[in-house]
Amino acid sequence: MSALTLDQGQTPFMWRLYGVKGWTAIGIGGLIAFVVFPVLNLLVPPTSALHISAFWVTLIGKIMCYAIVALALDLVWGYAGILSLGHGLFFALGGYAMGMYLMRQIGREGQYQSDLPDFMVFLDWKELPWHWSMSDQFWWAAVLVVLVPGVLAFIFGYFAFRSRVKGVYFSIITQALTFAAMLLFFRNNTGFGGNNGFTDFKRILGFSITAPETRMALFVITALTLIGTFLAARWIVTSKFGRVLEAIRDAEARVMFCGYNTMHYKLAIFTFSAVLCGIAGALYVPQVGIINPSEMSPANSIEMAIWVAVGGRGTLAGAILGAGLVNGAKSFFTVAFPEYWLFALGAIFICVTLFMPRGVMGLLKR
Amino acid sequence: MLLQGKGAAALAALFISASAFALDRSALEKLASDDNDEKIAAIAALVAEGDPKAADVLKSAAEGEIEVDGKKVEIVVNNRVRARIAEALSVLKLLSPDNAERHAAATALTGGADPAMLPLVLKARDAEQDPAVKKLLELATAAMQLRSEDKETRLAAIRALAGSDNKALLVEAASDADEDIKRAAQSTLREMDDRLVWGEWLGLAFAGVSLGSILLLAALGLAITYGLMGVINMAHGELIMIGAYTTYVVQGWFRGSALFDFYLVAAIPAAFVVSAGVGMLLERSVIRWLYGRPLETLLATWGISLVLIQAVRTIFGAQNVQVENPAFMSGGIQVMANVVLPWNRIFIILFAAGVLVAMWALLSKTRLGLYIRGVTQNRSMAACVGVPTARVDTWAFGLGSGIAGLAGCALSQVGNVGPDLGQGYIVDSFLVVVFGGVGQLAGTVYAALVLGFANKLLESWSGAVLAKIAVLVFIIFFIQRRPQGLFALKGRAVEA
Repeated sequence: MSALTLDQGQTPFMWRLYGVKGWTAIGIGGLIAFVVFPVLNLLVPPTSALHISAFWVTLIGKIMCYAIVALALDLVWGYAGILSLGHGLFFALGGYAMGMYLMRQIGREGQYQSDLPDFMVFLDWKELPWHWSMSDQFWWAAVLVVLVPGVLAFIFGYFAFRSRVKGVYFSIITQALTFAAMLLFFRNNTGFGGNNGFTDFKRILGFSITAPETRMALFVITALTLIGTFLAARWIVTSKFGRVLEAIRDAEARVMFCGYNTMHYKLAIFTFSAVLCGIAGALYVPQVGIINPSEMSPANSIEMAIWVAVGGRGTLAGAILGAGLVNGAKSFFTVAFPEYWLFALGAIFICVTLFMPRGVMGLLKR
Repeated sequence: MLLQGKGAAALAALFISASAFALDRSALEKLASDDNDEKIAAIAALVAEGDPKAADVLKSAAEGEIEVDGKKVEIVVNNRVRARIAEALSVLKLLSPDNAERHAAATALTGGADPAMLPLVLKARDAEQDPAVKKLLELATAAMQLRSEDKETRLAAIRALAGSDNKALLVEAASDADEDIKRAAQSTLREMDDRLVWGEWLGLAFAGVSLGSILLLAALGLAITYGLMGVINMAHGELIMIGAYTTYVVQGWFRGSALFDFYLVAAIPAAFVVSAGVGMLLERSVIRWLYGRPLETLLATWGISLVLIQAVRTIFGAQNVQVENPAFMSGGIQVMANVVLPWNRIFIILFAAGVLVAMWALLSKTRLGLYIRGVTQNRSMAACVGVPTARVDTWAFGLGSGIAGLAGCALSQVGNVGPDLGQGYIVDSFLVVVFGGVGQLAGTVYAALVLGFANKLLESWSGAVLAKIAVLVFIIFFIQRRPQGLFALKGRAVEA
């Protein structure tokens, strides 16, 4: 290990990110996602005890999307000290961008057998509104997934960071932003399906969305994205840029007095984080099969913060762990004791902030 | 009473003859067709016969299923067809013997309806005995005749509508292809505008003050806990909700007694005490350990709010509960032809003013108020001169929570009471406090009134949801331009 802690310039790039243990863990994670899950889900017959059902593939795929969000939020909150309560909005925007494409892929197989998505027929609309043009092209959907959250975060962050809105103020106005967006998307006339949102998807890129192979492909792509995000985030936080972010978190005024323009750093990480959320949302929608405005409710965004807090903010593995633990618990509770889930979630919020400020990773390190 | 009874009997007699026929089968088949225009024609045909059975058919059609020859047929209903069905059901309700039901149905129809249903509405109008309902029905027939083919009928309809305050229909007619109709509608509109403009402004101002006073009540408690103490209390909305549920419980005790009209006298202090108690408990057990760590406080209090919501859901059920207004609060004062000021709104405005005065007196005239101000301005100096700061924190938090309880008591008089009640107010009340300037009570008052007015003013142009969005976006930009709020504390405390 001593060779690995040498001066950065001489260390190979790969070892700068993680040591032997870290790469082994990533390797095992990759092995499970790329080999074990596909084999046990697709090749092992359902009668076998080793078979992994579609339920589990969807659940783990969903949690991996959440883990990407947790990583994104950890970058801004854990490393730069900016608690955004608007990440649910970026997630949902990515999901809606993908959802528009999926709605167009339904074609004439909807309930009304029309070229238009069902909800537009329902509203007696005769043609697609302007913001739906090109939505039948996958590349355009992919561009929107990145661009819409990215541009919104850039503009919003530019104004907020320029006037040095920080701390709780920033949290409150991001919360107001996602609340306003939720109200907007609940309107039927906005053109995104009102409170029903988008659902009943049939195909993605011509493949049936319910086929086990498509499901598995989405799962593997999500796992790839998660590992990619993880490594990219690690690269960011170990770079000089990441050091400046941590310094901003700990004493922003001093960093400014040292001659850094902190706005650029905060804006860059906030925008990057929003884009990651958008991508996670785009992966989430085809797997779960529905997107509606309740994804933008302020409650969802705060829940994302607790994933990071449970895992331990300021640690990347912690973010993934936290997203897994909280959502695993949620899946368990909502099936076994649905009426007690909010009690449990509330208790997690209170106990983590009171007794485990460093989260699970803090406990493990001790 | 006797007269009305006769009227109802006459109505019933009128339609017993019709119900002797079975439902028109071809109309049913048309209703099941794929074409929306056919469906709408079928709805009109069903109603024209005035058969009471038609109501059942239409109701089930609205749910997407009808019965033809004993077989269930699924039909597709879009929003246009659904609107026609709703109109048709209103028309059928005009035949109801119940006065209130007829009144409601007639009111629903004054916005206009499919002209094909006109004959039945005319029949109902002629048979109507209640003067108020009759007047409404005259407006409804005029609204329907406005869309008829005959020019003379339409001109007459425009004249008839001049007496109403329903502008939407005339605005439509004012851009008609026919010159005469256009001119008639425009001149009627102008007359109507002149007559109504003062009332509209007055109504708008009242609605603005009313919304402002609700926002103020919701935000006043937060102005203490967040504004003065700096605690980000995301459970504030739930303390409001607890106040509303306390009112519900107290109202339950008084139910059936002769003193029911005065239950608020007991409910107001009860709501204050219960919410304050919960707040003080929270301060002692959780919030105390998080002073100086605002983001952690935010998360922990959010957790508390989830627990409180679920607790209320477990105890009272997930449905909304019914809180009845005392009799003296229902109804309102008719100030002008088109302005009615409801008593419960007036009560809330007065109540908000009262709470504000009481809070001001408490903070500026009592020893506790002095302590609270001392601790928030300079904690260590206050401790040095012997102020028990920890206890003052608890009392101050209890005071803020208690005011939230009062807000809940007031809100229970104008809106639904359910476990999610508080969630709707938390974003608003934080924005009011931040907009007014943290630590500034006067700022909170101005901010609440300004936002109330702005919201109502925009609402009259763009509808409720867009107005709300516009106000939120405005505040977001405002805070970015001026993070210290409308009224900034003067001094050197730049970094909080």
